[in-house]
Amino acid sequence: MRRILTALLAGLVLYATVALAVDPTQMPTPALQERYLGLTHELRCMQCQNEAIADSPVDLAADLRRQVRDMLLAGKSDDDIRNYMVARYGEFILFRPRASWKNAWLWAAPGVLILVGALVAVRIIQQRSALVPQDNEPLEEDIRS
Amino acid sequence: MNRFAIPLGVFALLVVVLAIGIAHSPDKGTIISPLLGKPAPEFALPNLLDASQVVKSSDLKGRWYVFNVWGTWCYECRAEHNTLLEVRQQNVVPIIGMDWKDPQADALGYLKQLGNPYEAIAVDRDGREAIDWGVYGAPETFLVNDKGIVVYKHVGALTPEVWEKQFLSRLPPRQDPAKS
Repeated sequence: MRRILTALLAGLVLYATVALAVDPTQMPTPALQERYLGLTHELRCMQCQNEAIADSPVDLAADLRRQVRDMLLAGKSDDDIRNYMVARYGEFILFRPRASWKNAWLWAAPGVLILVGALVAVRIIQQRSALVPQDNEPLEEDIRS
Repeated sequence: MNRFAIPLGVFALLVVVLAIGIAHSPDKGTIISPLLGKPAPEFALPNLLDASQVVKSSDLKGRWYVFNVWGTWCYECRAEHNTLLEVRQQNVVPIIGMDWKDPQADALGYLKQLGNPYEAIAVDRDGREAIDWGVYGAPETFLVNDKGIVVYKHVGALTPEVWEKQFLSRLPPRQDPAKS
């Protein structure tokens, strides 16, 4: 039992080091390190499209991480770096799409749907409550069921 | 009738929205370059065949050119090499190559073995220039016009069909009357 546990633990440690080995970059300050990790996790690896550049072992991801690091060290803001990447690779490189006029309808859609739903609900409730005082007959639906 | 009007309307709207979405959804494999219609990146890179020379975008001003990103490690590049050689034979537009993340000896051997379709070959050993072009996999081929604007980008191996349909058709008609 003990041996199995030890093996499992060793496996976990090994796995963790392999996972870390993709990107060993250390930034000079904790603040920069945090921004670096944030950015590399929100930029898509264009070669393996469902991975962030932080997690991808391919060459291009390493090049893009180096670019992020260099720009951070040069004092660029997070938005500068995002804009730089979007100008070259398109919006697709961002995992979290930004609001823009082009996709405004998409951002507005949930609000519009809630509004339409609310209007429909209000109308139905009004109709039904208007029925109650003058009409003691059961509703058509109630007879059928 | 009335009680079905709203659900039916919503359904019809959904059908329209989804149909538009499907019709407009791009091929997931290729990503549309934001460079299209924009100026090509400026570059000044060492020349693969002569390290003392520099391949510069400023030297290409006023000319149409094809910018082809390749590497010896790239399988599809081998597949398109014959097409590139044919394009060179046609002599309608110069091909500027960019050797991407490649040891020089490999690149030279590759060209010696397969032939050199390029007017000049820039070297991007560390991959910084490729990022400027938004390259995410070789081969990628750009068409740049005489005003330095990127007018087309092809991802993947160039075939004679793609060359004719997407590149030749965009090039201005030949000036040389002797050939036509």
